[in-house]
Amino acid sequence: MNYTVLPLTSLLTELSVIPFFIDFAFRMIRFMLIQNRAGKTRLAKWYMSFDDEEKQKLIEEVHACVTVRDAKHTNFVEFRNYKIVYRRYAGLYFCMCVDVEENNLMCLEAIHNFVEVLNEYFHNVCELDLVFNFYKVYTVVDEMFLAGEIRETSQNKVLRQLTALNQLE
Amino acid sequence: MPRTGDSMRGLAVFIADIRNCKSREQEKKRINKELANIRSKFKGDKQLDGYQKKKYVCKLLFIFLLGNDVDFGHMEAVDLLASNKYTEKQIGYLFISVMMHHSNDLYKLVIQAIKNDLSSKDPVHICLALTCIANIGTPEMAEEIGDEVPKILTSPDTLHGVKKCAALCLLRLFELKSDKFIHAELSSRLIALLSDQHLGVVTSACSLIQALVTANTVEYKGCVSLAVSRLSRIVSSTDLKDYMYYFIAAPWLSVKLLRLLQSYGQPTDSAVYERLKESLETILNRATDPPKSKKIQHTNAKNAVLFEAINLIIHYDSDAALMVRSCNLLGGFLNSKETNLRYLALESLTKLAVSDFSRKAVMKHQETVVQALKNERDLSVRQRAVDLLYAMCDRDQAEEIVGELLAYLEKADYSIREELVLKIAILAEKFAQDYKWYVDVVLNLIRIAGDYIADEVWYRVTQIVINRDDIQAYAAKTVFEALQAPTCHENMVKVGAYILGEFGNLIAGDERSGPIVQFKLLHSMFHLCSNQTKYILLSTYIKLINLFPEIKGDIEEVLGNDNQLRNSDAEIQQRAMEYTKLSQIASSDLLATVLEEMPQFTERESSLLAKLKKKSNTLVKERDDGDNTSLQNGSSPVEVERGLPSRPPPPEVNLVELNVELSSAPVDVGGSSLLDLESPSGTAEIPEPALESGTPQDSPVLNNYSAPPAAVAAAPPAPAAEPSLLDMFGGAPPATDPTKVQVVTGLIECNEAAQPNFKAFICSRNNGILFENEIIQIGVKSEFTGFEGKLQVFYGNKSPLPLQGFNTTLFISPKDQPSLRLEGQKVTLLISAGAQIPQTIKATAVAAFGETPLLQISFSAAGTAHTMVLRLPLLVNKFCKGTGMGAQDFFMRWKNLNLPAQECQKVFKASRPMDNDLVKGKVQGFGFQVLEGVDPKPDNLVGAGIIVCEGSQVGCLLRLEPSKPAQMYRMTVRSSREGVPELLVNLLSQDL
Repeated sequence: MNYTVLPLTSLLTELSVIPFFIDFAFRMIRFMLIQNRAGKTRLAKWYMSFDDEEKQKLIEEVHACVTVRDAKHTNFVEFRNYKIVYRRYAGLYFCMCVDVEENNLMCLEAIHNFVEVLNEYFHNVCELDLVFNFYKVYTVVDEMFLAGEIRETSQNKVLRQLTALNQLE
Repeated sequence: MPRTGDSMRGLAVFIADIRNCKSREQEKKRINKELANIRSKFKGDKQLDGYQKKKYVCKLLFIFLLGNDVDFGHMEAVDLLASNKYTEKQIGYLFISVMMHHSNDLYKLVIQAIKNDLSSKDPVHICLALTCIANIGTPEMAEEIGDEVPKILTSPDTLHGVKKCAALCLLRLFELKSDKFIHAELSSRLIALLSDQHLGVVTSACSLIQALVTANTVEYKGCVSLAVSRLSRIVSSTDLKDYMYYFIAAPWLSVKLLRLLQSYGQPTDSAVYERLKESLETILNRATDPPKSKKIQHTNAKNAVLFEAINLIIHYDSDAALMVRSCNLLGGFLNSKETNLRYLALESLTKLAVSDFSRKAVMKHQETVVQALKNERDLSVRQRAVDLLYAMCDRDQAEEIVGELLAYLEKADYSIREELVLKIAILAEKFAQDYKWYVDVVLNLIRIAGDYIADEVWYRVTQIVINRDDIQAYAAKTVFEALQAPTCHENMVKVGAYILGEFGNLIAGDERSGPIVQFKLLHSMFHLCSNQTKYILLSTYIKLINLFPEIKGDIEEVLGNDNQLRNSDAEIQQRAMEYTKLSQIASSDLLATVLEEMPQFTERESSLLAKLKKKSNTLVKERDDGDNTSLQNGSSPVEVERGLPSRPPPPEVNLVELNVELSSAPVDVGGSSLLDLESPSGTAEIPEPALESGTPQDSPVLNNYSAPPAAVAAAPPAPAAEPSLLDMFGGAPPATDPTKVQVVTGLIECNEAAQPNFKAFICSRNNGILFENEIIQIGVKSEFTGFEGKLQVFYGNKSPLPLQGFNTTLFISPKDQPSLRLEGQKVTLLISAGAQIPQTIKATAVAAFGETPLLQISFSAAGTAHTMVLRLPLLVNKFCKGTGMGAQDFFMRWKNLNLPAQECQKVFKASRPMDNDLVKGKVQGFGFQVLEGVDPKPDNLVGAGIIVCEGSQVGCLLRLEPSKPAQMYRMTVRSSREGVPELLVNLLSQDL
């Protein structure tokens, strides 16, 4: 006979519906991460306020979430009361935490659009470019996304602006 | 990598050093060395130039981002903000954005620097400042700088690049201090941004407006038409230059516009809607066009727009053609090679399944969805398939879908089993046509996923079995068989114990499931169960003693065993002890009463749905139509465990209907009313006040029966019978002898239609048939003397079978509770075929009462429970005695009763021929004495009467003015007692 009295999974389910973070803000993106397979963070851009401990926890959880998935899986993962839209480029995972109501494909292509801009800007971007030029990556992000929303989608316009800024002393 | 003059060699060297570190310790050492170096530079005497400051601040930032604490450098970063060089300023702002917490002392300096940059002429500087606010804005910033941002955004001189930045900066500020940015002038200028020629500005503005709309929907309503025309222009264009993304025109902006439109309902302006519809159709058409590129980016961008368009179509939920087309497109995606598409299609179809327009179209894909459940590798896709099956399930498909879900449950991921179990249980309950099937499904659930059965699920199945006597025997048999399985989950023991305790007798005829077999089977599990289950088992044992006196000895032995009586658990001890004593002491009659079958549960809300809603987060769209009423019950489960039987079965809880009917019926004055009955045209309007007293306003409908009721028990007054009806099923129900008539107030529903002839009782009849159907005939004879009335109610059984469990209850409105005292005689439990039994009800009018008392009769005939609620012909006018007086006397009294509350007037249409003698007869039958020669007009009728109550007498005067041409009456009643005129007018007007 099976006498397991405590259904542990029900506890887990209860747990997972407790919102890990709640806010009533109007932004599409809550945070954006670029991580490598080993879990090293190459970019973390937060559009909500978290303390450092929470940030670290989120980074680890997102990493655990996306690295177990393969090509047969979707690019979307339920994550607490939000969802992660992510895409893998070589060894790098680009992850966006967005509202559940957001348009998944739009977020996915926003990631790709961003990656294409990085690729153009750094002439075949690789992980090392992001390490050595981390302060420029922030500029690229800010040119394309701001306040958790999309600021500019035209690659030409972003690149023109970035080139102009590069000319400045 | 861009080669420019700003690269910092020192920084690159440092980063390379860190990367070359072989160990964590080495890295730590290198970092500490660098921190010491930077600290000494900052503290040194030598003035650092901008470049050096920038380089060191950047190094500090890198160290921080590696996960180390950095507690200095803020001052230097603030210095960089004041630099005129972009690269220095940028590093300053970056450092501030990443590292500065707003408690920092330097905060004021930061705000000042931002202010300076905002007023700069250089757009690059303005953008840096705006970006910084957008990144780290605080309420103080909103307060100090907030006014600048809208100005920048709406100024005609501002460059596009700055506008984009300002729009999103304003979005951030709006979150921080929303009231500051809501005013009409600003909103119209912001809406205008949707027509900006620069699509980047439109994109940013769209996000901003989307947020503002949530705070002020009305003020931003103008954005709808602009969004529609913008969308239309994007959709119809094939070349937007910079804004083409893999051959798709401005996909992000399209999605944003479509989302913005979802903040509003369908445009009421038909031109706008037509334009929008055209765009939506274009988007749908394009979905089936051959792709212009093989790149996934092309299809993704195209489908992003498509899914959002479908969302909008679902949001409007009005155009069947568009919705069905959407279903068909999405159905095609179910077979796509792209997992993403399959997932999203399932998600959208789930929304479409809820709409009546598209429901059928969604159902066409059931087979594919079932396949998805079986074959998808990604758990989240399978979950969407479950959601969709759950949403699309209807009565016809229920058996198949539930079957598929049960099959899936066997191998489903543990993390989703509990939710899946709930969903299956809900579907089985909601769409059960055959309750045997329902019982099978739930027992299957327990068998397959016993660990994941929420308590609510098994509570629910016991409730349903109790409420449906046609499945009780089947449930007992099935659960008995399930318990015989070699392995059996504890939840099965709980259900089994409960059902056998209630209905074990129904299968005891078969010796394979005879009394002792049932008991031994249950008891064989006892020692393996948790205490919770043991409690239930012990209660079952005592019930079995009642059901099967022949095995009393065996059970008493178990109850009296030291394992129970000396159990470490107090509850087990107590139950065992009390049940032993009960069994030993109580007579079999008493035992039978105490352990009588559970009464039916009343429907409150489905505890299962509530549970599912709690469980599922926002991802699961619940079909919230509350149509779970296909089962008539469902109450909080605790009572299953605790409630001792109480009769009578609960009357249906709904009184609003009754009250509305009672009080609103007399108000119906028809379309044409008369001011002056003499006027032949009869079209003038009634003065408002004349009606007011007759309307139900002064007797609040809901309060009538739901006010705290006070119950008067029949023969022996039982002060304990205070609780409202609902309480009767809760805590401790008053253990009433079922043969007694109980007078209780509460919420009950009276079927007016069942008594079409009730009106006849008002004016004349005291005797007659109250109710009749093919099973029962109920007649009444009544006599009234003074303030006392005696009603004899006769119940005749017309059917060839006996009526069992016969029981009557009287209900009296709480308002009338002090005014009317009722005493009901006992009735016998059983009425044999063809027999008639009388019941005497004595009534005492303490004061004038308003509502008719209700009589509830319940019994079961041929295994079906019947309950009916009837109005008793016990009306206040039955206590009215006519009295004579002269004209002068009448007019004097009439004039004396001149307070508004002492009069009620009503104009109403005649429902019978207006024959003078007939009307006179009615009025006399009602209780007034008709006074001749008082009114100068011969057709008019005046009368006087006294309502005799126990402690008082209430005089009443009547004036009735018929208008034969208009077929209307005007009735006026005056009385010394407030409220009485209304009562009489309402009653008498019903029968004229």
